[in-house]
Amino acid sequence: MDYLKLLVLAAVAFIAAMAANWALDLAFQMHALLILLIASCVFIRILRRTGSGPSHKQPLRGYNDSIVRAGVFATVFWGLAGFLVGTFIAFQLAFPILNFDWGQPFTNFGRLRPLHTSAVIFAFGGNALICTSFYVVQRTSGARLFGETLSWFVFWGYQIFIILAATGYLLGATQSKEYAEPEWYVDIWLTIVWVSYLIVFLGTIFRRQEKHIYVANWFYLSFIVTVAMLHLVNNISIPVSIWGSKSVQLFAGVQDAMTQWWYGHNAVGFFLTSGFLGMMYYFIPKQANRPVYSYKLSIVHFWALTFLYIWAGPHHLHYTALPDWASTLGMVFSIILWMPSWGGMINGIMTLQGAWDKLRTDPVLRMFVLSLGFYGMSTFEGPVMSIRAVNSLSHYTDWTIGHVHSGALGWNGMITFGAIYFLTPRLWGREKMHSIAAINWHFWLATIGIVLYAASMWVTGIMEGLMWREVNELGFLVNSFADTVAAKFPMYVVRGIGGMLYLAGAIIMAWNFVRTISEPKPLQNNTHMRYVEG
Amino acid sequence: MSEKSEKTPVAEVETTGHRWDGIEELNTPLPRWWLWTFYATIFWGLVYVVAYPAVPFKESSSKGFLGWSTRANLAKELKHQTKKYAHLDQILITTDLGKLLNDRELVQYALARGSSVFISHCSQCHGAGAGGAFGYPNLLDDDWLWGGSIENIAYTINHGIRNTTDPDSQISEMPAFDQTLKHDEIVTLAQYVISLAKLENAGEKTPENELFLENCSGCHSENATGDETLGAPDLTDAIWLYGSDIVSVKKTISSGRYGVMPAWGQRLSPADLRSVSVYVHGLGGGE
Repeated sequence: MDYLKLLVLAAVAFIAAMAANWALDLAFQMHALLILLIASCVFIRILRRTGSGPSHKQPLRGYNDSIVRAGVFATVFWGLAGFLVGTFIAFQLAFPILNFDWGQPFTNFGRLRPLHTSAVIFAFGGNALICTSFYVVQRTSGARLFGETLSWFVFWGYQIFIILAATGYLLGATQSKEYAEPEWYVDIWLTIVWVSYLIVFLGTIFRRQEKHIYVANWFYLSFIVTVAMLHLVNNISIPVSIWGSKSVQLFAGVQDAMTQWWYGHNAVGFFLTSGFLGMMYYFIPKQANRPVYSYKLSIVHFWALTFLYIWAGPHHLHYTALPDWASTLGMVFSIILWMPSWGGMINGIMTLQGAWDKLRTDPVLRMFVLSLGFYGMSTFEGPVMSIRAVNSLSHYTDWTIGHVHSGALGWNGMITFGAIYFLTPRLWGREKMHSIAAINWHFWLATIGIVLYAASMWVTGIMEGLMWREVNELGFLVNSFADTVAAKFPMYVVRGIGGMLYLAGAIIMAWNFVRTISEPKPLQNNTHMRYVEG
Repeated sequence: MSEKSEKTPVAEVETTGHRWDGIEELNTPLPRWWLWTFYATIFWGLVYVVAYPAVPFKESSSKGFLGWSTRANLAKELKHQTKKYAHLDQILITTDLGKLLNDRELVQYALARGSSVFISHCSQCHGAGAGGAFGYPNLLDDDWLWGGSIENIAYTINHGIRNTTDPDSQISEMPAFDQTLKHDEIVTLAQYVISLAKLENAGEKTPENELFLENCSGCHSENATGDETLGAPDLTDAIWLYGSDIVSVKKTISSGRYGVMPAWGQRLSPADLRSVSVYVHGLGGGE
């Protein structure tokens, strides 16, 4: 087995060396060198191990928590990076001088923006989903994670994907599709990693000792499967050369736009909604120590959400070249989606029945509840914005940015922070987090940050929407685009301050995390399977 | 909250009997309000699908009983706006430019229309307030490179400046003097040109400079007041398109400048061109 690995790694390193030599652009060359470096390091590592005989320790027992620990660490790290870049580009919009003439083209807003979105969605959110899914699927299946090496391949492969994507943006490699910016070779790599992820997850489900599959795992599985499908279809492209990063999309014009927003909308639907609902269904009942409110609701809203979400993408393309019929269907499915989305919120919040008093004392539970509040708010706002008449005002304005962030900062961010606070003491065998007061600080900083962010974007969004359509008494346009940009300045500063507060909260969390895991006196490790335990 | 109200509803519902890592599920029925709202949105969706274009066929799609269509709506709106002012547009494009300014009603219409043309097409370079920027002339003052009469302005807007798309474009070119002059000559010339603009009275006789007379006066004229037929700027006023500090002026003299403006006659309707000409003329400096 080791010899096969060595052979593959040698081939990869060889091809990477050729690619670096013949590369047609900077991004491709840098990536080839990076891959060469990684492949060589792994090669040497395996080579040193090979031939030293079967060093095999006893078969591994209990839950595989080391991979979850690595994932929590990566989540905290990428979260800080993503929030930092986000806050910086928020100030770039308020003060364009921060684009830095000396740093062009690398420090341009246009290159940093996808760095921010990918860092928070795929690096922070993705690592949170992968590591919590590994934790949850083991606990709720009563089985050790499937695939010792394969699961580590998923973890490290995903980090390599993040680094290739992020450095690619800075070096100018992008296929210009929102949330699907990485170029063809990075897409192929992610496909391999993602299929491995599916195998690890499904393999664990197949090993389960429980008769039924827990609801959180339905959501995780729908997230993994659908993201694979979305990723494959939206990234069909033909490379201009196998030695260059540039590729040409298979679809063109409005077909490409529709494919892109089918992808983009469902990235929100299945990555940021279904996946995180999986987190919700485990961590909230655990933290509140109450049974899930309604099994029936979980079934009905799971299937309704899964069926309906996939059709709502056209609402991103109202009043474009997209035919009216497609736009109508996108809007109708978005409105019908309202209650299925809220099913998750109801099930989460009502799970607290009989445990409401804990909200006073438990800042982690408060984070979970706040995240559900923002989830409910943005899944109501979304259908409203999908209505054509509303969309004609809101589209292309900052209202959209505010909507996305109340979901991302409020729902995805807060539930992930809660999960990190839940997991850290358990994974590192500590009694509790180093500082509960710091969690409170984090909660309030983040909450105020989100409120500033969302409120300022509502104001600028509606203002610029109204300014764009303002006409004088003769029916002619009143404002130039630059007028609307100038008018938004104060709110851009408020938004930046909101981002700073949110970032400050995350820094406090990182400090708290590091202090907790570096504290002496670990309690006994907690990896034995509860199922076996009886 | 009292203990009763918290505990009672929980106790009334049974769990499903499953247990995962200590998590149980209650068998609570679907909340009625949730279910009925869900049904209501589905019902609304069905009605909406019948009312609006929604079902794709091979060649087109269902029209919906309201007959709603984004294209038709836009066409209607455009037609309405065009029809409303058709008579004014007709007069606007047929009247002689010089006489046009005497018709108050027409000028008011042209200003309103021209302002929206300006903010859509001209403000990107000349600024939303027409104050100009480095390399892009200020249109609010009475200093005109290519002439400030309504006819001159209309010609410049129609054909543009130094572009390659319109054979009638305004053309002239300031040479790069680093080919013909020595460095210290360029410095002397730059200092001289800067000094011109600092003279107290425009009428005052400028001290003569041999270098200037030999190299620059051909276009900028002997007393440095420029030539509108060549687009050669007046060097005696305080208006500087490319900066008035010694470094900028040296750069202008040694490498030349080549400001380009598109030929809007190729992109805008005649009525738009006329109105924006009136608008720019009316900004403050029209002659």
